[in-house]
Amino acid sequence: MANITLLQAVNEGLRSEMQADPSVLVLGEDVGRKGGVFLATEGLRDTFGANRCFDTPLSEDGIVGTAVGMAMNGLKPVAEIQFQDFIYPAFDQVVSEAAKMRYRSGGQYTAPMVIRTPYGGGIRGGLYHSQSAEAYFCHTPGLKVVIPSTPYDAKGLLIASIRDPDPVLFMEPKALYRSVKGEVPEESYTVPLSTTRSARDGGDVTIFCYGAMVPLCVRAADTAAEDAGIECNVIDLRTLLPLDEEAVLDAARRTGRVVIVHEAPRFCGLGGELSALIAEHAIEYMEAPIKRVTGFDTPFPYTLEYHYMPDERRILDAVEFVARF
Amino acid sequence: MTIEPLTPTLMNGEPLSIIAADGSIGAHDSGLTDEELLHCYRTMLRVRAFDATCMKLQRSGRIGFSVPNEGIEACQVGAASTLRKSDWMFPSYRDFGMALYHGIKPVDMLHNMAGTAEDSNRGRQMPAHFSFLEPIRFVTISSPIGTHLPHAVGAAYAARYRGEDTVALVSFGDGGTSSSGFHSGLNFAGVLEAPVVFLCQNNGWAISCPSHEQTASESYAAKAIAYGMPGVIVDGNDLLAVRQAVGEAVTRARGGGGPTLVEAKTYRLGGHSTSDDPSKYVPEDELAAARERDPIAIFERYLTASGLWSEELAATMREEATQEVVAAARIVENTPPPALETVFSEVYAEIPAHLREQGRQTFELAKRRGDAAAGTGEFPL
Repeated sequence: MANITLLQAVNEGLRSEMQADPSVLVLGEDVGRKGGVFLATEGLRDTFGANRCFDTPLSEDGIVGTAVGMAMNGLKPVAEIQFQDFIYPAFDQVVSEAAKMRYRSGGQYTAPMVIRTPYGGGIRGGLYHSQSAEAYFCHTPGLKVVIPSTPYDAKGLLIASIRDPDPVLFMEPKALYRSVKGEVPEESYTVPLSTTRSARDGGDVTIFCYGAMVPLCVRAADTAAEDAGIECNVIDLRTLLPLDEEAVLDAARRTGRVVIVHEAPRFCGLGGELSALIAEHAIEYMEAPIKRVTGFDTPFPYTLEYHYMPDERRILDAVEFVARF
Repeated sequence: MTIEPLTPTLMNGEPLSIIAADGSIGAHDSGLTDEELLHCYRTMLRVRAFDATCMKLQRSGRIGFSVPNEGIEACQVGAASTLRKSDWMFPSYRDFGMALYHGIKPVDMLHNMAGTAEDSNRGRQMPAHFSFLEPIRFVTISSPIGTHLPHAVGAAYAARYRGEDTVALVSFGDGGTSSSGFHSGLNFAGVLEAPVVFLCQNNGWAISCPSHEQTASESYAAKAIAYGMPGVIVDGNDLLAVRQAVGEAVTRARGGGGPTLVEAKTYRLGGHSTSDDPSKYVPEDELAAARERDPIAIFERYLTASGLWSEELAATMREEATQEVVAAARIVENTPPPALETVFSEVYAEIPAHLREQGRQTFELAKRRGDAAAGTGEFPL
C-alpha cells in the first residue's frame, strides 16, 4: 500500500494494464513526451515505447475515431481527451460509432475502449476548462460512464474499465487530481463497474453525488452532524451508466429524505434522472421533496466560479430543508 | 497478388484509364486470369440484378428502402479485386459490388434489406447498412457520413502494430470528402503512416449537391497533398484502371509505404436512394452522356476484344444473376422479423439490469395488451 494522489492512481492503473496486456495502448494530445497536461500518462512512453503511448494530432474526433478502429481490430486503446470541454468534436464518434458498434452489427464488431477525460470546475478554468458533460453521454445506450472520487477507486475502476468489453467514458475529477490522497495497493485490482459506494454513513438524509462533489458532500455531512445533529448517508455513485438503480432506491428508501449534488447544470442533469427514478419506484417512502444542488443552467463562469459550484453552504441548506420538512 | 506501379501521381488533369474505346488495353497486364476477369464481369451483372430486384421489392412495399448502385459497379469491383480475404473493407452504403465480389451472399444482403430474423444486424439498421465478418471483413455501416475513415486508420494501425501486412480499404463518396472524418482520417493516416487506401468514389452527386459545389479544389485527389500522401485520379467506370490505381495503393500500404487517396470519377445513374427523385436536379443531357459510359458496357468491350465475351454468355450470366436474387428474395420473404428480445440485447456485452427490466415490462405489456402494431414500414422521405 502506498499513500498516493488520484492522479498517481490513474497513472498506476494505466501502467499496470499496459504491463499486463500488450494490446493496451494510450493515445491523445500531449500524452507521450509530456506525459499529459496533468501528467496522468507520465513515463508511459519511456516504459512502453512510442507505438504504445503516442501524441496525436490535435483532433478529438480523430483520436476517438482512430481508437474505435483500433478497438474493432483487437487493441484496447485508452484515448485521452485533454479536457472534457473539448470532447464535442468527438461526440459523433462516441455516440454514433463506439456506443452503437455492437448493437448495429449484431455483435460482429465491438469497440471496447476507454476515453479518459478530466472534467469539472473549481480550478479557475472558465467556460472551456471546467465543464461536467456527463449528462450528454448518459443519454447514450451502449456507453458506460464512470467517475471515481478516490485514488483507490480511480485505479480499480480504470482497470475494470480497460478490461470491460464495452466502451467506457472515464471522467476524472481534475479538482481532486492532487487534492485527495489515499491508500492504494501496488498490485493490480478492479473495482466493479455499476456499483455504488457509501462514503459516509447516516440515517437521516441520503446525499447522492459523484466525482469532485463526494469529498465536499462528506464535509458538508460532517458539518450537518456537528451543527444540527443531522446524520447523512453519502452515496458515491461511481458509475453513472449503467446505474445501479437498486442501490439508489435502497439508499433513498432508507432515509426517505434525498439530496442530489452535481456540478453540471440542473436541467436534464443526473439529478433529474435520479429524482424520477425515486419518484417512480419509491415515492411512498419519501418524507420530503427531493432537493437538487447543482451548477446553474448557465455557461461555466470564470471569476465567479465559486458561486456556480455547489459548496458546503448550498448543500447544508438543502440537507437542513429535507431533514426538517 | 502484387500490382506493379504504373501510374505517376496524378492529382489533377486526365484520369488514368486503361480500356480504350475499342476495348483494347495495349500492353497493360491486369494480373487477372480469364476466369477472374469473368468473375469481375459476373459480379457487376449481379450488382445490377440485385439492384433491380431491390427496386421492385421497395416499389411493391416489401422492403422499406434501397440504394441504387447503377453506374458505380466498376469502382466497387475493381477496388475489391485488389484485396485479400484477410484485409478490411470499410464500405459506404453504396458498395454492394464489394460485398458480392468477395462471396458475400445475396440472400444474406437481402436479409438486411428486409430486416429479418436472419439479418446479421438483427433488423436493427436500415436497408443497405450491411455488416459481415466472413468471408471478408465488410465492416458495419453507419449513416453519418465519413465517420468510418478514422476507423480504417485505427484498424490498419492495429494490424501493423501486431506485425500483420493487412490493409484497410475505406470507401466514401464525393460528399464524404467534406466531413470531419475525411480530414481527421487522412491526417491521422498520414501521421501514423497507416496502411490504408482511401477510395473516393466521385459519382457526381451527394444526394442533390453536385460535386463541383462540394469543393473548390481542382480535384478531390489533390487534397492528398496536404496530408502527405499520394493522390491519384482514375476513370471510375474503367474496371481495370480502378484495379490498377487501387492495387498500387494496396501494394504500397502492404509494403509499409503508407496511405493513398484514390479519386475514382464515376457517375451515379440512379437516384441517391429509392426515396429520391433525381429528375428534379440531374440535368438530362448530363445523365444521357453518363449512360453512354456505362461501366459494364466498357468492360464488355474489353472482354470482347479479348475474345471472352459473347451475347449468349452475357444473357446466361444475367439470367443466373436474376434467378439467384429472385430465389434469395423468396427465402427472405418467408423469414420472420427478429425476436422482440433483440431490441434489448447486444447494447452491451451483458444486458444490464435496467434494460432487462425494460424488456420484461415490454413482454409483460404484450401479454396483456397484445403486440405493438408494425406500421407500414415506409421510409417517409
